[in-house]
Amino acid sequence: MVNLHTLHTQRAKAPESTREADQPSSHVMTFGADQPLKLDCGIALSPFQIAYQTYGELNAERSNAILLCHALTGDQHVANQHPVTGKGGWWDTIVGPGLPIDTDRYFVICSNVIGGCMGSSGPFSTNPQTGEVWGLDFPFVTIPDMVRAQAMLIDRLGIETLFCVAGGSMGGMQVLQWASAYPHRVFSALPIACSTRHSAQNIAFHEVGRQAVMADPEWRGGRYFAEGTRPRRGLSVARMAAHITYLSDPALHRKFGRRLQDREVPTFSFDADFEVESYLRHQGSSFVERFDANSYLYLTRAMDYFDIAADHNGVLAQAFRNTRTRFCVVSFTSDWLFPTSESRATVHALNAGGARVSFAEIETDKGHDAFLLDVPEFFDIVRAFLDAGGAVRGLKK
Amino acid sequence: MTMTIVQGYTSAAPATDAPQTYRGDHLLVAGMVEPGSRVLDVGCGDGDLLRLLETRGVDGRGIELSREGVNRCVAKGLAVIQGDADTDLVDYPDDAFDYVILSQTLQATRQPRVVLEHMLRIGRHGIVTFPNFGHWRMRLQLLLRGQMPRTDSLPATWYDTPNIHFCTIKDFVQLCRVIDASMDRAVALNTWGTPLRLSAPWWFWNLFGEQGVFLLNRGGKGR
Repeated sequence: MVNLHTLHTQRAKAPESTREADQPSSHVMTFGADQPLKLDCGIALSPFQIAYQTYGELNAERSNAILLCHALTGDQHVANQHPVTGKGGWWDTIVGPGLPIDTDRYFVICSNVIGGCMGSSGPFSTNPQTGEVWGLDFPFVTIPDMVRAQAMLIDRLGIETLFCVAGGSMGGMQVLQWASAYPHRVFSALPIACSTRHSAQNIAFHEVGRQAVMADPEWRGGRYFAEGTRPRRGLSVARMAAHITYLSDPALHRKFGRRLQDREVPTFSFDADFEVESYLRHQGSSFVERFDANSYLYLTRAMDYFDIAADHNGVLAQAFRNTRTRFCVVSFTSDWLFPTSESRATVHALNAGGARVSFAEIETDKGHDAFLLDVPEFFDIVRAFLDAGGAVRGLKK
Repeated sequence: MTMTIVQGYTSAAPATDAPQTYRGDHLLVAGMVEPGSRVLDVGCGDGDLLRLLETRGVDGRGIELSREGVNRCVAKGLAVIQGDADTDLVDYPDDAFDYVILSQTLQATRQPRVVLEHMLRIGRHGIVTFPNFGHWRMRLQLLLRGQMPRTDSLPATWYDTPNIHFCTIKDFVQLCRVIDASMDRAVALNTWGTPLRLSAPWWFWNLFGEQGVFLLNRGGKGR
């Protein structure tokens, strides 16, 4: 076994008073002046750091590593207790010993994206040049930038080829970017509920969220951290609106219907009479306790800019030409944020590029969020796809 | 027309096939595919044929219309996508595969001729298996009962069958001529899945073959 701990430049156990954004409760890899991150916006970010978690052990051949890419508001805490919320990891139903992404068999890595707020360099991190929080001075980042940073981390961990890169939503975008930018380093790819480009409708939803944040006077032109405020209401509204897009009409109806919240009759006020209102308010208010508003602006923007075809003369198939990566594309029937048609377009391009691709559409009424929920048919496919790839790659059962 | 003897094809199966029993027509098709080639199975169902092919070192891909079928294939580790032969084959580039297989699929397509033409464009070879509507039992049911035939292998009623374009072996041979496809091998299987005598004339095949299995190539004009 490779002892990864020798590779860690820092194993930060943050005291409660320090900020997760600078000293996260996870592994951290720092990159000095000699290794800047060359961003698409033209700026070389240096120094910078990547916060990451690992589960399981890397085998001697270094052939069993799976990189998981988190979604917009996720982070590196895939399968452990979250240091801020105290809740379980965002994919702890699927990642763990004996689970479909089996940590007894695979070495699982997940890093906080560049631009995030859980320990990788982002707008909520301290700018080493000024000693102040970056805020809007942080350079704009893209999905390819996130993947470039992850590739530097993987280099540092001494891994040449990843057995699999997997993720849903914004994580799925990163998976596709990995497969397109580093085909020789990706043995298999599992892009879930995602697209090779952000649709106009999705950009529109993101813009609503951003405007809600920026309309909050407590945002203070993005300098709330310096003025001791936080745009709680704006970010909360952004989260409420976004949350609706992660669900589906049938799921909302099943969960809440038109039921009233702790009352027999409407109050004839703008109080949260309906259960669904109360639920959304809770989603909004709990989100602001764990997420930085500026980081939300940056990451939604990164998704908006994402368009793999645009980087290949508008021909998506060119992005995956002659790839040897094994793909399994997954979509969900009730997902209207990244509908099946988007996944089908990805599959079409992969096929045209000659890729070995499977495509499964999972029937569920749980909407976009289905990839984070307990959907047995989805779990079966993830397990089977990894098992089949593992057999080809010669990984021990 | 060239016809090659296909008897003995089952002996090609390696010992690893043992835990699973394969259908007679699948074994016949697999015997027509060169090991190590790239194959697209259009309408691959539960993936049994693809799985058999992969045991023989074939790089197989599948298209399947039903979501349940696709998910069962992916769960078997096969590279299968959900799609429709009538609408999706147009997206595949020329010569993308060594073989394109339509195993019990052609009769369920809306435009069999177009599908066949795409098959021979995408693959250098095509393999087609289909139920022969000229089989004597079909003829007898229509003649004596005056109703659309139903058999053990085709049990669906006319109003809920996915099979909308039935043909006879004779019809299929005619279509091959129309689209300039050359028949490198032709086999008729009887009710028990075993090939009929090769020396038998076409009318005999058309009457006693329950399934037709054809290995096609592009004809002279396409070469």
